[in-house]
Amino acid sequence: MIPELGQFALILAFCLALVQAVLPIAGAAVGKREWMALARPAAAGQFVFVAIAFGVLVYAFLSDDFSVLFVAQHSNTALPTFYKFAATWGGHEGSLLFWITVLAIWTVAVVAGSRSQPQEFSSRVLGVLGIVSAGIMAFALFASNPFTRLSPTPFNGADLNPLLQDPGMVIHPPSLYGGYVGMAVPFAFAVAALLTGRLDKNWARWTRPWTVLAWVWLTCGITLGSGWAYYELGWGGWWAWDPVENSSFMPWLMATALLHSLAVTERRGIFKSWTVLLAIAGFSLSLLGTFLTRSPVLVSVHAFASDPARGMFILGLLGFFSGGGLLLYALRASKLEAEGGFKLLSRETFLLANNILLVIAALVVLWGTLTPVFVDALAHKKVSVGTPWFDLYFLLPTLPLALFLGAGMHSTWKITAGAPLVQRLMWPAALAVAAGIAIPVMLFDKTSLLTIVAAAIGLWVCATALLEPVSRLVRRHAAPLTRAQLGMYLAHLGVGVFILGVTFVSAYTVEKDVALRPGDRAEIGGYEVLLRDVRPVTGPNYTAQEGEFELRRNGRLVTVMKSQQRLYPVQQTELTEAAIDTRIGRDVIIALSKDLGAGAWAVRIHVKPGIRFLWLGSLLMALGGLLAVTDRRYRQPVRASSVVEATAKPAATGT
Amino acid sequence: MWKFAIPLVLLVAIGVFFYRGLSLDPSDVPSALLGRPIPEFSLPSLTDPDRSVGSQDLKGKVVLLNAWGTWCIECRHEHAFLLQLARAGVPIYGFNLRDDRASALDWLATLGNPYVASAFDADATGALDWGITAAPETFLIGRDGKVLFKHISPMTAAVWQRDFVPILQRECASTDCPFLAAAGGL
Repeated sequence: MIPELGQFALILAFCLALVQAVLPIAGAAVGKREWMALARPAAAGQFVFVAIAFGVLVYAFLSDDFSVLFVAQHSNTALPTFYKFAATWGGHEGSLLFWITVLAIWTVAVVAGSRSQPQEFSSRVLGVLGIVSAGIMAFALFASNPFTRLSPTPFNGADLNPLLQDPGMVIHPPSLYGGYVGMAVPFAFAVAALLTGRLDKNWARWTRPWTVLAWVWLTCGITLGSGWAYYELGWGGWWAWDPVENSSFMPWLMATALLHSLAVTERRGIFKSWTVLLAIAGFSLSLLGTFLTRSPVLVSVHAFASDPARGMFILGLLGFFSGGGLLLYALRASKLEAEGGFKLLSRETFLLANNILLVIAALVVLWGTLTPVFVDALAHKKVSVGTPWFDLYFLLPTLPLALFLGAGMHSTWKITAGAPLVQRLMWPAALAVAAGIAIPVMLFDKTSLLTIVAAAIGLWVCATALLEPVSRLVRRHAAPLTRAQLGMYLAHLGVGVFILGVTFVSAYTVEKDVALRPGDRAEIGGYEVLLRDVRPVTGPNYTAQEGEFELRRNGRLVTVMKSQQRLYPVQQTELTEAAIDTRIGRDVIIALSKDLGAGAWAVRIHVKPGIRFLWLGSLLMALGGLLAVTDRRYRQPVRASSVVEATAKPAATGT
Repeated sequence: MWKFAIPLVLLVAIGVFFYRGLSLDPSDVPSALLGRPIPEFSLPSLTDPDRSVGSQDLKGKVVLLNAWGTWCIECRHEHAFLLQLARAGVPIYGFNLRDDRASALDWLATLGNPYVASAFDADATGALDWGITAAPETFLIGRDGKVLFKHISPMTAAVWQRDFVPILQRECASTDCPFLAAAGGL
């Protein structure tokens, strides 16, 4: 009975989403205030019923209701409660419902934040969000119902994929979905602007905080996903360019381009049609990403063909949202006129370069991700676009991007004087080059040109990001930075730290596969690893062999590490639980893998310098974004005219 | 201005490519076995470990071979329909995968046994020759011992009508499928 209540709540929410999708937009078109006024209550009601539906599915998981097919496929009585909850989004149907829930939360937030906006505009925004919501709900109700019953009811469920049984699974998908779904908000603002035919600086000021928030979620989600792969897969990789990772990275690149383009639109009233295009593209890639990450449908063409109804639905939705958005764009974008121009050497030029390079980077990733799928579908051949391809082609646009970034931060709007800029950046540049050579040479025994170049670029970004905040600290009488500026510098510092992390991880990781018997030792990267013992242990829903290792350096014990080789009997899956010893400068990973017989075990050992910088950099980016969102100007009511805003603030204020 | 229509044109091009690419239906050739003779195998019978079930049992008549296991939720899903087919006289052989004998026998005892006989393939060695990657999968095997069709995912009445019955009508043009009259309408 209870699952049917969830189903019923979802149907009601769908009806309300239809109301929210149709009437406010129609009302804005024909000028009926009472129709437009329906947007807010419809959104609120939709949120309530979506929350009920989601709560019912969570309840079905927590109460082991295996009469629900989705629960039976993804849970098991022996599964720890923590993971039963997370299993709610551990498969296609549930994650769709979760997507809908997150969208309802964003919509309610937009409702709350739209009070100061003109009703005609906000009702269009909410209307577009209603269309998105109704589309995804239709997919859930007609082709991916999470509440489908299973008869006869099995005694137990098929268990959650052991790979997903990690604390990361509880927080990674919600964070990633927060970002994916959050991209629907700038999309809705963009489409609303196209419908209105008007896009001014106020529009950019309304859109920007939502974009930054979605970007922050996406940043956290990708970082957590990378960390999850690092901890759970046991091979010490943090990024493998696989389709699922790429599909979260492409919207991130687009969102990054969008929020920089929005900065230009907000300050200068130009790049308008470009901003709108990026908003549409960002959401389209998010949708593609959603389907690639959580559903088996597009992961491989074979899965697609085994359930054509779902595949067609997805293509239809993608075509409807992206196609509809781009059709409107084709019809209306010419109305969005630029309000000014800029000189070649100006902040606008740097941000334009940023945008072009980020879009190229996103297209590189898109090309590498889709090529194998298409080749397989058209020619039945397996091709694989591997890590080296991505590494090379991704570096081509991103290295210059990082170079421009440092200079762009210190340039001014409209026109920048060349000589002072060079003078200002001379010292950071010299420092970056010197330290870029010194650090690899002094800390490590080998080095390469690429390592030095990459390290210098990372240091260059760090130095230029720190320059302004530090010099203001030194000159005590200087005006304090706004939160937006501080956030901008912090996020860019994060980019620099991240580049350094990637550089050192890629250049100086040491890996070794060894066969060890209890009592044996192995040498790696200045460390000594001793296998003390391997013994069987039992977990709640798995059995395992646990190896206990001593990590020694120069004869002194650093730490004792335990790695497990687990067997999950329900899914007949083996999984390595790696042991990781973390220090700020490096990680040591030990993974117990196969039993080689005669008491010997295959053991994989990694030493990874710099990996912490990678996470730290991502964290700084996200924090910078959060700081920028809390800037005062986003909390102030709309000014009567955007012209006032342009003159009221000094031109050199940061992005 | 026309330049604003460029993104739309690009999207349509990608969309057409996607649609064409994905509607080619690669499951038409998921099995290298289609149209080829079935692989030779001989495995212990699930119900009677002393007897064996093998390729010899499948030859000379039109039969279905269904891969299943008690760990497979979708198999439970299709079980009722398999029973219907069996009641209509369709000979179904089972390929019990990665299972333990006690729970597999328990499954057949509680849910009913649609199989003429089931091969017991605990470590899935036999399944490898058949290219069976997961359960449920169902093969249609002709009188000449050749694989006529393979279906991945649960058997349903819709799949039976759409994919199996037309092939059977062709295959059983003479009178060698006594079950077609009863099972053709399921």
